[in-house]
Amino acid sequence: MATKAQSAEGPAVTGGDGEGEGLRRRDYLKVGAVAFAGVGAVVAIAPLFVQMAPSADVLALSTTEVDISKIQPGSGIKAQWRKQPVFIRNLTPKEIAEADAVPLSELRDPQTLEERTLPGHKNWLITLGVCTHLGCVPLGIGEGENRGKYGGYFCPCHGSQYDTAARIRQGPAPKNLFVPDYTFTTPTTVLIGSKGKK
Amino acid sequence: MVRFIGFLIGLVFAGVLLIAFIGNLASYFSSPPEPLAADEFHLPPKEVHFSSDGPFGTFDKRQLQRGFQVFSEVCSACHSLKLVSFRDLKGLGYNDAEIKKIASDWKVETPTINPDTGEPSTRKSLPSDTIPPPFPNEVAARAANNNALPPDLSLITKAREGGAHYVYSILTGFQNQPAALLKKFPDAKTPPNLHYNPYFANLNIAMPPPLTTDGQVQYQDGTKPTVDQMAKDVAAFLVWTAQPELQRRHDAGLAVTFFLLIATILAYLAKQQIWHEAHRSVRIAGPLEPGNQVKTRRAKSKAGVAG
Amino acid sequence: MSFSWAKPYEPKHPVMRWLDERLPLPRVIYGAIGGGYPVPRNLNYWWNFGVLAGIFLTIQILTGIVLAMHYTASTDGAFNSVNQLIMRDVNAGWLLRYAHMNGASFFFLVVYIHIFRGLYYGSYKAPRELVWMLGLVIYLLMMATAFMGYVLPWGQMSYWGAQVITNFFSAIPVIGEPLRIWVLGGYAPDEAALTRFFSLHYLLPFIIAAVVILHIWALHIPGSGNPTGVDVKDERDTLPFHPYYTAKDGWFAAAFLLFYVIVTYFLPNYLGSPDNYTPANPLATPAEIVPEWYLLPFYAILRSFTADFILPAKLWGVLAMFSSILLLFFLPWIDKSPVRSGTYRPLFKRFFWLLVIDVLVLGWVGGSPVKPLTVAVGQIAAAYYFLHFLVILPLVSRFETPLPLPMSITESVLHGSEAEVAPAPKTQRRAKSATAAAE
Repeated sequence: MATKAQSAEGPAVTGGDGEGEGLRRRDYLKVGAVAFAGVGAVVAIAPLFVQMAPSADVLALSTTEVDISKIQPGSGIKAQWRKQPVFIRNLTPKEIAEADAVPLSELRDPQTLEERTLPGHKNWLITLGVCTHLGCVPLGIGEGENRGKYGGYFCPCHGSQYDTAARIRQGPAPKNLFVPDYTFTTPTTVLIGSKGKK
Repeated sequence: MVRFIGFLIGLVFAGVLLIAFIGNLASYFSSPPEPLAADEFHLPPKEVHFSSDGPFGTFDKRQLQRGFQVFSEVCSACHSLKLVSFRDLKGLGYNDAEIKKIASDWKVETPTINPDTGEPSTRKSLPSDTIPPPFPNEVAARAANNNALPPDLSLITKAREGGAHYVYSILTGFQNQPAALLKKFPDAKTPPNLHYNPYFANLNIAMPPPLTTDGQVQYQDGTKPTVDQMAKDVAAFLVWTAQPELQRRHDAGLAVTFFLLIATILAYLAKQQIWHEAHRSVRIAGPLEPGNQVKTRRAKSKAGVAG
Repeated sequence: MSFSWAKPYEPKHPVMRWLDERLPLPRVIYGAIGGGYPVPRNLNYWWNFGVLAGIFLTIQILTGIVLAMHYTASTDGAFNSVNQLIMRDVNAGWLLRYAHMNGASFFFLVVYIHIFRGLYYGSYKAPRELVWMLGLVIYLLMMATAFMGYVLPWGQMSYWGAQVITNFFSAIPVIGEPLRIWVLGGYAPDEAALTRFFSLHYLLPFIIAAVVILHIWALHIPGSGNPTGVDVKDERDTLPFHPYYTAKDGWFAAAFLLFYVIVTYFLPNYLGSPDNYTPANPLATPAEIVPEWYLLPFYAILRSFTADFILPAKLWGVLAMFSSILLLFFLPWIDKSPVRSGTYRPLFKRFFWLLVIDVLVLGWVGGSPVKPLTVAVGQIAAAYYFLHFLVILPLVSRFETPLPLPMSITESVLHGSEAEVAPAPKTQRRAKSATAAAE
């Protein structure tokens, strides 16, 4: 079953008139035909790989708009973005002060609260609700959930503890909870997954 | 043995077919099939041209937008377009803001669950939603339409012989039942809840004429909204809903065809070159050498000719 | 391989030598489709269709595997997964779907030409009977695969086609209905049928690939046939497969793929039925249930049996339809003429072309609405089909006078098949035995 990509059989089945003289003038036609076919084969195979990239319906859900008007200071909600949990928390001034008071040298993944929030919206902490250790969903976003020693989030799987800025303080997780791109489309709605219009 | 049994089986099948054949023709001549009104009065789709016709077909985005307007203002009252998402309308030339508005303004809202009570509810549509159907299910659709089910229109131009031409013909083909038909087939009067349309397969369609007057829709681009124009525009739009990839497909097809044409020519020339050497290299040192030919002829005439 | 002059595999590169000592796969390939497989030098373009069939099998498998990544095998998800997800949202999804859909049609077109080549040139005769029968097994597997594949989009034709074809089983007396229910996993095509058809549709092409390997292996024992039907006698009669037939197959494949690509990109729905773009509705039968074009001749044979005669008409139809393919297995023993090629069998040749016309007529009948006159034409055509293979061919092979054969392939190539043989008025019977002896 010879396929169109004849170049695949090249090394094992050289035949014809190869006499070891190198390419003669009249060989260029054969080489040209095979090369042309080879390029065609690569272009023909491309869709087989391209089709695995996220399809349009998946990309359409790459941003999610969330209404945050009902979130009181000191509480938060668990929303969904790209089929993953997102913690949206309205920090109290006390929580903000606690976060700012931590020296960066104490942090495994040094980041200030400023760096993890948008200017003018320092009280809104929006992070992925996925522990950076092995992917469990930490506790602490809901009313009455265990918030751990540092008043942030606590992951029950292997004991990772995050502070009020959702930074890793103790436990096996290597990084702070991931902050996705987001922007405030209105003062009470946030669009997650996009930095907004440039 | 095999041949003998095969022979018999062949004769048996042919024999049974002969019996069936005779029976078939006998019943045909003794009681010929009744002509149906549909056979005689059904019309093929009208002659009309769409920009998407043919191998080099393209979309006219302005026409698609007009067609979408006709669909949303007239057809969507009864017909769903379930396979089309609002975000797909980008292909018509709308930008993100316009699409967001079209989605949230759509008169039927997307079904959802109330997050506080858990009761079924609706919400404004997002661009990522599919266009919500006018009826939640078939039963509701039939109840509202004299037990007829208005089909979903997403694929209608691929699901009917004649495609857009058929849709256009149906929309512009409503007419009074011709007297000639009633004379020849007095039992074939159009029933009360149906409408005569010779472009429909059995001549009587449940849909009342949806486009009845010029100006039913007000076009933004200034095109005159005659019934004919609206029918053409919505048919063109429905080609897009069924085949949004059409233009891209034609462009890619042209490129691939051109490429393969060149590849074929190159490959053919290479083949000729390789085989030319083969033809030249056949050594004439065998049966065709004169001495051998004499020997061969003698041997042939001794043994009989062939082989 | 029985040709003594076949070029032996002699790897020069040290890596290839290392590999050859441990797993002789390159050696096998070299001997099968490389410079080490001598092929008759006089093959015409009807011999290109085997490789072309292999190409389309590959296309179907590759496009099928990636389509399966997005397809949902469930009655409520299937139609939308094909017509919404794949056709609109998946990157290049429309291309893969149309390529797979039309690839099936082209696969059958190529295989039909390949089969008719075999019928004309006597490729089914000794010593290649097993090649022929393995080929028929491949054909049957293809039909099963195509039928199940067509059900998967769960359109109207998918559903009703499944209904009709599984109803064949109920024609069998006593066990028919339980068998039908067992095949479907239910009383009508539904969730169970759809999921199992998906599983088997994914599996069967790999079984086809395995049988294809056996088919080629069986062929390579005696070596390829040729248009004269005369055996290869010495080195001058053959050329190494590579580069001669790789080049010839290559350019013709490019040309044929051009045809395939034009249909896929510009006329993707021409060969199909619009009804399959309507979701399946078990409560409403479409105006005409028609299978895909490559099954139409058999559909015509099935519908031609309209009269009860000892057995009910439906059972006759099913028996005849299956027999129409099964009888082909016996062809090597039905047609015992020692002359292989139709080129040298003038009477056989005429009936061959009648058969081609007959099959085309059956195809037309199969696709037409059921009307008494059309059915009548179908009945005549179906009768001819059976008479051709089971009655006419045995008689023809017994009583015809074949034309004299060339002495060898080389002669026929250098002079044309008529020139090198002197005319033979009286001695036909001795000529036939001389031919048989020379074989």
